[in-house]
Amino acid sequence: MLLKEEVQMLRQVPLFAGVDPGKLKLLAFTSQRVSFREGDVLFHQGDPGDAAYVILAGSADILTGSDNGLIKVAEVSRNAIVGEIAILCDGTRTATVRAQNSVEALRIGKEQFLKLMSDFPEITIEVMRVLAERLSTTTTELTLARSKLKLH
Amino acid sequence: MEPSISKYIWTHTRPQQIWVLAVVLVSMIPFFLALDLPKQIVNGPITGGGFETEGATQPFMRLVFSLPWLGEVTLFPGLDLERMPMLFALSGVFLGLVIVNGLFKLYINTYKGRLGERLLRRIRFELVDRILRFPPETFKRLKGAEVASMVKDEVEPMGGFSGDAFVTPVMLGGQALTALTFIFLQSVWLGLITAALVAIQFTIIPRMRRRLLVLGRARQLTARELSGRVSEIVDGIGTIHAYDTSNVERADVATRLGTIFKIRFDIYQWKFLVKFINNFLSQVTPFLFYSVGGYLALNGRLDIGQLVAVIGAYKDLPGPLKDLIDWDQNRQDVQVKYTQVVTQFAVDGLLDPDLQVLTAMSDAAATQQPLNVVNLRVADESGAAQLERLNLRIHPGEAVALVGEAGHGAEALAEAIVRLVWPKGGRIALGDADIMTLPEAVTGRAISYAGGDAWFFSGSVRDNLVYRLKHAPLRVPERAAEAQTRRDWYQAEALKAGNPDFDVESDWIDYGAAGLDGPDGLLARFQAVLKTVQLDRDIMDLALRSTVDPTQYPGLASDIVALRRALRDELAARGLRDLIVPFTPGAYNIEATVGENLLFGTAMGPVLQNANIGSNAYFRSVVSRDGLAEDLFAMGYEIAQLAIELFADLPPDHPFFQQLTFMTADDIPTYQALLQRLNAGSFATANEEQRNQIIRLSFAYVEPRHRFGLLTDALRAKIVAARQQFHEFLPPELHDAIEQYDPERYSSSANLLDNVLFGRISLKHSDGAERVQAAVRDLLLSQNLTDRVFSIGLDFQLGTQGKRLTPVQRQKLNLARGLLAHSDYYVFNKPLQGLDARIQDQILRDCLVLLRAEGRQPGIIWVLANPSQSEHFDRVVVFKDGGLVEDGPRDALLAQDGVFKQMLRA
Repeated sequence: MLLKEEVQMLRQVPLFAGVDPGKLKLLAFTSQRVSFREGDVLFHQGDPGDAAYVILAGSADILTGSDNGLIKVAEVSRNAIVGEIAILCDGTRTATVRAQNSVEALRIGKEQFLKLMSDFPEITIEVMRVLAERLSTTTTELTLARSKLKLH
Repeated sequence: MEPSISKYIWTHTRPQQIWVLAVVLVSMIPFFLALDLPKQIVNGPITGGGFETEGATQPFMRLVFSLPWLGEVTLFPGLDLERMPMLFALSGVFLGLVIVNGLFKLYINTYKGRLGERLLRRIRFELVDRILRFPPETFKRLKGAEVASMVKDEVEPMGGFSGDAFVTPVMLGGQALTALTFIFLQSVWLGLITAALVAIQFTIIPRMRRRLLVLGRARQLTARELSGRVSEIVDGIGTIHAYDTSNVERADVATRLGTIFKIRFDIYQWKFLVKFINNFLSQVTPFLFYSVGGYLALNGRLDIGQLVAVIGAYKDLPGPLKDLIDWDQNRQDVQVKYTQVVTQFAVDGLLDPDLQVLTAMSDAAATQQPLNVVNLRVADESGAAQLERLNLRIHPGEAVALVGEAGHGAEALAEAIVRLVWPKGGRIALGDADIMTLPEAVTGRAISYAGGDAWFFSGSVRDNLVYRLKHAPLRVPERAAEAQTRRDWYQAEALKAGNPDFDVESDWIDYGAAGLDGPDGLLARFQAVLKTVQLDRDIMDLALRSTVDPTQYPGLASDIVALRRALRDELAARGLRDLIVPFTPGAYNIEATVGENLLFGTAMGPVLQNANIGSNAYFRSVVSRDGLAEDLFAMGYEIAQLAIELFADLPPDHPFFQQLTFMTADDIPTYQALLQRLNAGSFATANEEQRNQIIRLSFAYVEPRHRFGLLTDALRAKIVAARQQFHEFLPPELHDAIEQYDPERYSSSANLLDNVLFGRISLKHSDGAERVQAAVRDLLLSQNLTDRVFSIGLDFQLGTQGKRLTPVQRQKLNLARGLLAHSDYYVFNKPLQGLDARIQDQILRDCLVLLRAEGRQPGIIWVLANPSQSEHFDRVVVFKDGGLVEDGPRDALLAQDGVFKQMLRA
């Protein structure tokens, strides 16, 4: 896939909706195109966070390790961003992400991603929105899980 | 060492000095004969003395002596020769004497030179020998560079002096005395005047020169300190950069140089002043001769003939006198230097040479004695006690953990056991023998040690490992006749200069000490110890990243080439076929740059390297065919446009520039200007320089990385065609400038891993490189290549002090070296401080397993960085404030609820 097509795809990612196409081209150029086959792991829980991934095609499972092995907590597909938490918190990966099928992704290095956020407030707001959404989902699920526990 | 240089020289070279003196005296005979002969030739045959009549003859070579009691003895009656034959005969004798004198001079100079060089060698060796025997605390104050400059430079003049030490004063003194005596014989008065002036010269000049000696000493000291400072700057360069103190260093060095300059200039001033006075005194003597002698002559108390004779004799006096004074100056100068050096090397408590005597015995280690620590007291430089009245007994085969906070005594005990620090009181004994009195041949082999600060000599990993096993030359190498002659010479010459004649080319490795029968098991032993310290992977990686000369490893090249196909199959089997895009002569490699696809080889010299390739005529001729140059120009033009569009308004330090591989931030304005000047990208109107600049951009283009979509199938085909043409018609002068990629040949300019891959790793997989390396490692193992590759890794050069390794790797290697030999005791003093606690724990456990393999049961004394590691030991000894507070099995200590338990809780 070429730069021009990638830019077209990036424009459809909500995160980058507000970004000028010229800058999207730059983003595409400075990030790396990677492909994963079914079952390949984008990153492992506990690894240092060095990049975020924008899924361009395919879908992936988000898994966290527990005493009973890996548990699937969510799923991401086209146009979603994963791996940004470890970058923002400057920590290790909080979950493992594994490809469900063939996944094409754009790998944005940590430094580039942070720079992007400071250059474009629109992206920061969008990242916050995604995070908030996830938080609210998590809270709902937690409430559900707790009430289930109480019932038993 | 002797306090005075003269005594030192006399002690070590007495017979040679006497011999050379004798030769010098004998050489005087032809010398004086040659002086007398010209007069005979002139007076005899040339002016005709004795040949007044036609056909007159004179005896030639008549040897007649008149001796008391015996009367005249005629040894040779002589040949009667006429005037002309006499001229040639005498001239012939003169020529003969000249040759004989020359040969004498040659012999004497050579002899003295050799004498001096041997003495220099002796002094230098003696100094280094002393360094090897210095007590450990001496090294806390020594600067390596200062000691080195003493051994190398400061003793140098002593060699030159030693040849003249005794011969010169005898010779010159004799000449001066003869001349003086002659003057006395002519006139007592004039003799007295001369003697008085000589006496003045001999008192004043050396006295004035005394200041020169003081200055000389200062010069020596300041120069030595300068070399110490320079080496400190080199060693501390990191600190200097980190703290921005380079200008402090500049100021310091400049001041030192100023001091040195001042001293040296003072020396010059004095030297020439002394010279002036010396010259004056020698010139004033003739003045007195003319005035006083003339006065005496006019008064008739001296006849004119005598005066002329005195003046003539005086001519021979100043020369020897001046040389004698110079000699004395030189002697004092050398003496000062000698004293300076000797006092530096006269250290109290020098190790007895017997302790370091060369010992070949391999089973010296088998002592099986307990280690007894009795009333041990260890103190640091300031005298503060690190250990006080320590009593401890460690049995053979016991595994003892020493725990305690840093500086509380555990480290000091470990260091004392291996004599890194010497006890201030009490003793450590192996059985009954105090280890301070045991030869190093026993302690060095019975006890293995590894501390936290690793030292490595420059050399390979292998050299530094095997260093542990080198105690004595064990097996003399087989030598060809020529090499044997050279070795014999070395040996004889070493003994003549008081050096040992140990054969450095012998095999010094004591295989028995590592539990081996011979060299064959060594590699496996290295692998075992390096695996134990978890350094084996690193060694393999070092090997894979090193560029190997295939002629040094026969068979390797073909095996590596065979591995290329095996790797493709292996990757295919793992479903990773597209991970590597191999170089194929007839195909474009999409993961490689355009330039690489064109050249299809590694540039071996500067001619075809990136920066110069555009100006190479042959390369240009190939590229300009079929309009390829126009295509590449168009491509480069587009790249430049895109790069400027993307990057023009970013600040130069923006992180995005890391991705811009073909340009730097500084190039952007240049290319902006260039694009404006180029007429809409027209190749035809661009000049040579502009074309080069644009085409250069296209060479760095990789489609999957840059994704500009500039490579059409037609262009790829064109590039491949140009590549083939380039190699087919390569002119002979460029054959050595490039090594073509050949799937069937090993490339000696690429590293081992690249040779196996023979292609580019696809960028599509984010962890492609790791996967490929893992596959390569597995393959090496299955193809039985691991040993050979590992061996290549062992040849990795460590650099100075092992600095080419990371600190963690250095600590691991140091520990591995400590594990290599079979010893009675292993003392480990926090050897792995730089590592994660988890890895430390793993390595410690593996070390214990390795040391106890094959039923061996050595004593292990381990100073632990973390008390929780003590669970692997039979016995725990706890130190606090320089004393032993708890000692016993771990469980017993835990039950006590004492210091140890507190430490564990902390």
